[in-house]
Amino acid sequence: MNVISLDSIFALGEMKSQPAPEASGCTTSSCGSSDGPSDMAPEVWEKVKNHPCYSEEAHHYYARMHVAVAPACNIQCNYCNRKYDCANESRPGVVSEKLTADQAVRKVLAVAAEIPQLSVVGIAGPGDSLAAGAKNTLNTFDQLSQLAPDIKLCLSTNGLALPDYVHRLKATNIDHVTITINMVDPEVGQHIYPWIFHNHKRYTGIEASRILHERQMLGLEMLQEAGILAKINSVMIPGINDEHLIDVNREVKKRGAFLHNIMPLISDAAHGTHFGLTGQRGPTAQELKALQDKCEGDMKLMRHCRQCRADAVGLLGEDRGSEFTAEKVMLMDVDLDGAGFEKRETYREHVESERATRHASKAAAIAEVAHIAGEKPILVAVATKGGERINEHFGHAKEFQIYEVTAKGAKFVGHRRVDLYCEGGSGDEDGLETIINAINDCVAVFVAKIGGCPSKSLEAAGIEPVDSYAFEYIEESALAYYASYTERLGSGAIHEKIGADASIRQGAYTARRA
Amino acid sequence: MAYKIKASDCTVCGACEAECPNEAISFKKGTYVIDAAKCTECQGKFDAPQCAAVCPADCCVPA
Ligand code: SF4
Ligand code: SF4
Ligand code: SF4
Repeated sequence: MNVISLDSIFALGEMKSQPAPEASGCTTSSCGSSDGPSDMAPEVWEKVKNHPCYSEEAHHYYARMHVAVAPACNIQCNYCNRKYDCANESRPGVVSEKLTADQAVRKVLAVAAEIPQLSVVGIAGPGDSLAAGAKNTLNTFDQLSQLAPDIKLCLSTNGLALPDYVHRLKATNIDHVTITINMVDPEVGQHIYPWIFHNHKRYTGIEASRILHERQMLGLEMLQEAGILAKINSVMIPGINDEHLIDVNREVKKRGAFLHNIMPLISDAAHGTHFGLTGQRGPTAQELKALQDKCEGDMKLMRHCRQCRADAVGLLGEDRGSEFTAEKVMLMDVDLDGAGFEKRETYREHVESERATRHASKAAAIAEVAHIAGEKPILVAVATKGGERINEHFGHAKEFQIYEVTAKGAKFVGHRRVDLYCEGGSGDEDGLETIINAINDCVAVFVAKIGGCPSKSLEAAGIEPVDSYAFEYIEESALAYYASYTERLGSGAIHEKIGADASIRQGAYTARRA
Repeated sequence: MAYKIKASDCTVCGACEAECPNEAISFKKGTYVIDAAKCTECQGKFDAPQCAAVCPADCCVPA
């Protein structure tokens, strides 16, 4: 299989749900890849179209959950400290409740019955899903593939043990694996990994990174051969591997990875990680985007990753984990056979029909703005609860989605968290100031509703608060706004905003549903 | 001749339990413990005590 771009995934989806649109009529977020959909086999599309982590479109509609059955790890990363477990913290590797395989299965079935959007169950730790003989991971997957065969299974790993398990994963019907690859050069690796445990031995220094690198590449190649989709995660660490990630991107592409997800380093002294304690900073929003843009080329990058915690439950950007603790699940009446299968089926059919309508509507909106093609792109921030609509109150938003808008469409380029910081973190800055810092590179923020005071502060910062598109679709609204913005810019009514950067909130996503 | 786990530093990850060649490590009352009677410090089996080599908290130490 060739590397396929996410653009082509969308294009294929479009073809499946409606007659193929003319090249000029397709939306940027759904098309625009020179490769075209022909470079992806239909079975690949089948595997990813409803996966909220792999498809920007699906992440508006489908939910995932992680079960934390794998506490042990076989390497040490400088950005991870498994000793502490801050309740407000949700970077990968941190989790509050560790489950046995049987508890995890019960939890999945309870969630599946309750949340019909559930399409994916993943194991992402809190350690490494394949460490310690991968016992819990495989046991959980074996049971789930029997009891809820419509739910997709995936796992994340650092790759060290991966070559030993590819065949076993294939047999269990796992169709996606995420490998975290932060380097393809042990010289770089030694600054990220102090040690690994491999073949009954602890290796340190450059040798540790050399072995890890070889095992990661071997694992990736074996996945490719086995027909299991491989996504790569990389943590961007300024001054250590930032430019180097371009090499990583090239190497993983060459070996058939289908998506590359570059995430910012999450680092704070309060987390007690090596990087946190040594004051290693994470990237700014602009640095992250610049690197993502450089790597994008012909392989679509994933920009909506929330770095959710290893026991996250729900749609991306929400975490309903606290509703499904082991204790609560034990008390629930769980249907071990049906587990809401029909409800999920109905929901999926509904989404399929909704998607077709959406593609047609986006194409129409793009046709409307064709006359301003070639104008400079702008960034806008959006408060949304999902469903591709502007449907969140400014003051309630836990995060903003960022779209880059041109006459070709609105492209999702990332999300900015503005929820409250982990206790013991860098403290109480003013909430509004936090939000302005987080979206300072945007010219407007789209909301369902906003009060007078925050509106004034936003305007003073050069961010226009826009509530006139409340409850409308994001892409159509962004295009209409872009047309009016361009016109006002041309007439001199407003001025261009230059050189503003935004800061990335430290700590991963923890929003609980109210 | 045996190893022990400093419970105050243990993250309860279980990595050591999976590596011990003698099944000397088990989960008891919220933490992992080494049964001194079963622990051989891995002699004759591995170059280094496995629990100490895999432990992320460096809390497997000579008793
Ligand atoms: S950690 Fe990233 S890849 Fe995993 S579910 Fe969360 S967003 Fe998706
Ligand atoms: S030193 Fe070896 S035998 Fe003793 S507890 Fe550790 S792993 Fe087991
Ligand atoms: S490996 Fe170390 S931290 Fe993990 S359970 Fe064993 S003693 Fe505790």
